[in-house]
Amino acid sequence: MTPNLTLILVAATMLGTGVYLLLARSIVRALVGFLLMSNGINVLYLVASGPAGEVPILGEGDGGAISDPIPQALVLTAIVITLALTAFVLSLAHRAWQLGRDDLLEDDEESARIHRRAEENDMASDSEDDADLIAAEFAEEDDG
Amino acid sequence: MNEFSWMVPLLVVLPLVGAGINLAAVGRTRVQRLASMSVLTAVLIISVVLLFAADQRGPQVVHVGGWAPTDGIVLIVDRLSALMVIVSTVVTMAVLRYSIGQGRSSFDNESDGHAPLPVFHPTILVLSAGVSTTFISGDLFHMYVGFEMLLAASFVLLTLGGTEARVRAGVTYVFVSLLSSMLFLLAIAMIYAATGTVNLAILATRLETIPHDTSVVLHVLLILGFCVKAAVFPMSGWLPDSYPTAPAPVTAVFAGLLTKVGIYALIRTQTLLFPDGTLNTLLMWAALLTMIVGILGAVTQDDIKRMLSFTLVSHIGYLLFGISVGSSAGVSAAIFYVLHHITIQTTLFLVTGLVERVGGTTASSHLGGLARISPLLGILFFVPAMNLAGIPPFSGFLGKVGLMQAGVEQGTWLSMTLVVGSVVTSLLTLYAVARIWGRAFWGSPPQVEEGMTYTPARSGSGRAMGAGVVMPTMALVAFGLGLTLVAGPLFEITDRASLDLVLREPYLLAVLGEWRQ
Repeated sequence: MTPNLTLILVAATMLGTGVYLLLARSIVRALVGFLLMSNGINVLYLVASGPAGEVPILGEGDGGAISDPIPQALVLTAIVITLALTAFVLSLAHRAWQLGRDDLLEDDEESARIHRRAEENDMASDSEDDADLIAAEFAEEDDG
Repeated sequence: MNEFSWMVPLLVVLPLVGAGINLAAVGRTRVQRLASMSVLTAVLIISVVLLFAADQRGPQVVHVGGWAPTDGIVLIVDRLSALMVIVSTVVTMAVLRYSIGQGRSSFDNESDGHAPLPVFHPTILVLSAGVSTTFISGDLFHMYVGFEMLLAASFVLLTLGGTEARVRAGVTYVFVSLLSSMLFLLAIAMIYAATGTVNLAILATRLETIPHDTSVVLHVLLILGFCVKAAVFPMSGWLPDSYPTAPAPVTAVFAGLLTKVGIYALIRTQTLLFPDGTLNTLLMWAALLTMIVGILGAVTQDDIKRMLSFTLVSHIGYLLFGISVGSSAGVSAAIFYVLHHITIQTTLFLVTGLVERVGGTTASSHLGGLARISPLLGILFFVPAMNLAGIPPFSGFLGKVGLMQAGVEQGTWLSMTLVVGSVVTSLLTLYAVARIWGRAFWGSPPQVEEGMTYTPARSGSGRAMGAGVVMPTMALVAFGLGLTLVAGPLFEITDRASLDLVLREPYLLAVLGEWRQ
């Protein structure tokens, strides 16, 4: 089997741009990246199925080589799954926009807090220090 | 067709039907509860029967629609699959009972009581169906579909209520999961291009005939996707970031099942498709780093849920250790450990849910004196925590001993390093849980101060800990202890399971049979 070079290049480009977009903080950008990647992979399935042939139904063709139907079935399933997941991610992006008027992904606060303590070399495992600190933060918020 | 193989598809069909009934009976809580619990009970009974059938009469196979393995999907339940289905159903049942004990409205309240549908029950049943699909599938692409089913359900569960924190955590989780699925899908495309099949049994024979370099590329792609799912270092950062924000029962079922599906897929791939062990050295390094880095993360955490998420990552390293040793003993210990780990990790997250109900928070710096407020809660946390740390005579200890024996048997310097690493990890786990114990369960209850956003429980905690939530947690703790009691027979079954996996012949014979080339 000689693979189709054009299709491979198309798939590679789509996957590459998809990975780049997926790394973005914006949910919609990352979603576009995911879509490009999944469609790139779908194109790869076409490469895997080999050259197009006759209809893969017994008794329909002229006796020549038929197309491989299995990758087509697989791609169809993958497309349906991608559609459903796209709908979910879009609703997630909408919800993020509703809540914060923004769809940018923020850092994990608890992780950032522990990281800050590590940077300051704060070894105090005493529970009261922590509680005081947080109580102070709450107090500040109340004042403001 | 074997005698019991008609039962195999029921493992997936029943939960899906249950999910449908749940959606149809919106608002009729009693019908929903009855449907969910009876479906899961039926799945549990069926999987126990299938375990005996698989153990006594060999793997139970269904060729769906009567198609030959070259064209159609094959479902197969061998000892490994049956064991995984049993344990995953047990923890799902406990979690479902726990959430029923919390009251129907507990999740609906989170969106101001205006949730359009009570989605928790149907979603968790779909999750269960997806997990079972992955466990019983004999076909790579079908496995991918199972993954997507459980992922879609887990997306819904993780973002339940759609609060700001959950949306943030959900986005991380969703995109990492999507990326791992993409990798898996890519690997399947490549494998089909190279071999012309996605059936596991046929792949096992065909992969031997293609050039070694090609098969290594396929191998790397495939396990990369699974390692992201299983949260193997360095692809583990997403897990402690996303799990802790979800409601307690959701985190519990995620911790028990989702990463273990990745581990199951790794066990299958490593034993059935790529038995030559080319990448075992790489996996051993990954196992060592997962253990050490994960547990170092756990010892610095203040929040109990986050601490448990890090121990979850860390103990994935043990499972990977068993798989990467590659011997029958290693795989057997890994299977035993995975059963133990699913149970214990789910139990601990459920107990953390109880802690949250009693103490109002899971931040250990805001808790204190829980053991005095509620001695029962103390016991419920202490027993599985010691089990996690691997204190004899609990099942965690037995699993670790099995893994270390397999490591010592292999005798290379790397496997000896792993043995040392696993002992260190075990001690650090003990340190991490003891630290949480000291901060949250001992000492005096925190004073109520102005500006605090929660109310620490002082006495009369029976109000917060109703029987509906305590009983399922106790049942799971007891199940964890039961694993210790039946450890002997269980290890015999996992030994036979892993021997079959390493030999590969029983699996191939069961699937291919008359279609053998």
